[in-house]
Amino acid sequence: MSAHLPVLQVVVPLLAAPFCLFLRRGRAAWGLAVLASLASWVIALALLRRVLAEGVLSYAIGDWVPPIGIEYRVDVVNAWVLLIVSTIGAAVSLYAGTSVEREVEAPRIPLFYAAYLLCLSGLLGITITGDVFNVFVFLEISSLSAYALIALGQARRALTSAFRYLIMGSVGATFIVIGIGLLYVMTGTLNMADLAQLLPGVWDSNTVKVAYGFLAVGFCLKLALFPLHLWLPNAYTYAPSAVTAFMASTATKVAVYMLLRFFLSIFGAPFSFGVMALDRVLLPLALVAIVSMSLVAVFQVNAKRLLAYSSVAQIGYMILGLSFATATGLTATVLHLFNHALMKGALFMALGCVMYRVGSVHINAMAGLGRRMPWTMGAFVVGGLSLVGVPLTVGFVSKWYLILAALERGWWPVAVLVLLASLLALVYVWRVVEVAYFREFPGEEETREAPWTLLGPTWALVALNLYFGIDAARTADIARRAAEVLMAGIGS
Amino acid sequence: MREEVIVRVGAKVLAPFIITFGLYVHFHGDYSPGGGFQAGVILAAAIALLALVYGLDAVQRVVTPRFVRACAALGVIIFAGVGVVTMILGHNYLGYNALAHDPKHGQHYGILGVELGVLVTVFGVMVSVFYLFAGRRGRTQ
Repeated sequence: MSAHLPVLQVVVPLLAAPFCLFLRRGRAAWGLAVLASLASWVIALALLRRVLAEGVLSYAIGDWVPPIGIEYRVDVVNAWVLLIVSTIGAAVSLYAGTSVEREVEAPRIPLFYAAYLLCLSGLLGITITGDVFNVFVFLEISSLSAYALIALGQARRALTSAFRYLIMGSVGATFIVIGIGLLYVMTGTLNMADLAQLLPGVWDSNTVKVAYGFLAVGFCLKLALFPLHLWLPNAYTYAPSAVTAFMASTATKVAVYMLLRFFLSIFGAPFSFGVMALDRVLLPLALVAIVSMSLVAVFQVNAKRLLAYSSVAQIGYMILGLSFATATGLTATVLHLFNHALMKGALFMALGCVMYRVGSVHINAMAGLGRRMPWTMGAFVVGGLSLVGVPLTVGFVSKWYLILAALERGWWPVAVLVLLASLLALVYVWRVVEVAYFREFPGEEETREAPWTLLGPTWALVALNLYFGIDAARTADIARRAAEVLMAGIGS
Repeated sequence: MREEVIVRVGAKVLAPFIITFGLYVHFHGDYSPGGGFQAGVILAAAIALLALVYGLDAVQRVVTPRFVRACAALGVIIFAGVGVVTMILGHNYLGYNALAHDPKHGQHYGILGVELGVLVTVFGVMVSVFYLFAGRRGRTQ
């Protein structure tokens, strides 16, 4: 059975999704979604353990030998991303039970869980596959279900923001498939390892460079890099709370993974950095994203939208790590994938608790909640500190490696900029904290703490924030190994 | 159109042929152009034709929206289920050779099974989409 783990990672949630539609009661569908998400989390843990011990795992779908058939290929990099996605998937599915009952109409709840599991299996599929066309197929599975999930939000604007995301996302996916098509024309193969071997022979052709350009724009749309991020704030703001927590911590991370996989593993670092100057293109965009989006976040009045803009800034950090073009920089990127998933997951879940009790996430509506909902706001404070990068939280570890990488290259202005942007993060987190703790609770009515079914998963992520902030040896070690694998390319 | 005898009889005569042709496209999909997707669309076209002529309500009494939605889910289960069966039989996921002693037959059954899943899902989704648009009561009416 353990030989089939790579495919089960995708098949378990994929097969559970249609069964959700047959369960007409929301609670039953939720139970199935929880079981499937927990199962894929266990599988991801087992895969990571095996990869760390034994090296690369390869699985031939349909018994067709790799360069011909579809291969699932697990190395340290994607085992790590699989763990990120499935950890958040498990936490959010536990959380969703109570939150979704409040925010989604009862007849649609089984549909919600079907879409949720499809989205999860799509994201896991993108990550695990070793076939570039299969990446596109899973990308469509995850994106289409994500549009549906966002459209389930309460506000009518959820529909327009889902539609906007659909347009932008489809443009991105089309660019990606055009890029893949051009690569196929030039090499005649879709297998990642095979592509990595054949591409150096056709480096000089303009077709490959055009393919690179299409892929770059497509990925940057999907991961919401600064000028291409316009779909993100509305989508995150109007989606149901559980969906926001899930999407913010997984979808953009998987897009960053695709970028790393294509441009470092397949095209290779020498081509990306040497010929295409990827680092010099991404560096200014990342810096502008970090500073401008943090500034925009400071002036938001809706806490969810504030965190959404903060997410765009945090994506800037990940891309900044890549644009250092060094192993340390990549370590910071890979580490921040995990750390940012933990902190944004915890923060959006805390906002979901506020939404559950107060019915609004406007900053002014959160006045006095520090007393009324101490555990919820406590989770928000710890998550916020992690976002700022205070020691003993995972945010500090990410910033540490980023600054280390900047100093290694001798780019001290970049290091200063990262520190200044952290101060901006402090400002926008403080705006929420100030209202919650230092303003009087306006209403007379009894606003109580959120139920433990919401607080449990939230605090589980908060605890992980603290644990991996204190003991970063394991995560940093895996991230370093992943960075080495990425720098070396897929062939070795 | 309910009053037009020729249209009503024509639709009634055509529908079974359309459905048969859909199944033909499915079962010959592995040797000639066609397959589950095209077959599913053709089957859905038969339903759409009947709904246009006899009215949406009449058709929905036979092919209920619930049944159509169940089809959409069932197809995915068939597709993924074929893979799980081959896995239980000791081969890799979707390794059709597991399905018969002769690999040639195994591949044949496997692809038919998977395409059947595609057919059922595509039929379900196509008819659902048709029902949703046809069932909309516009503001102008």
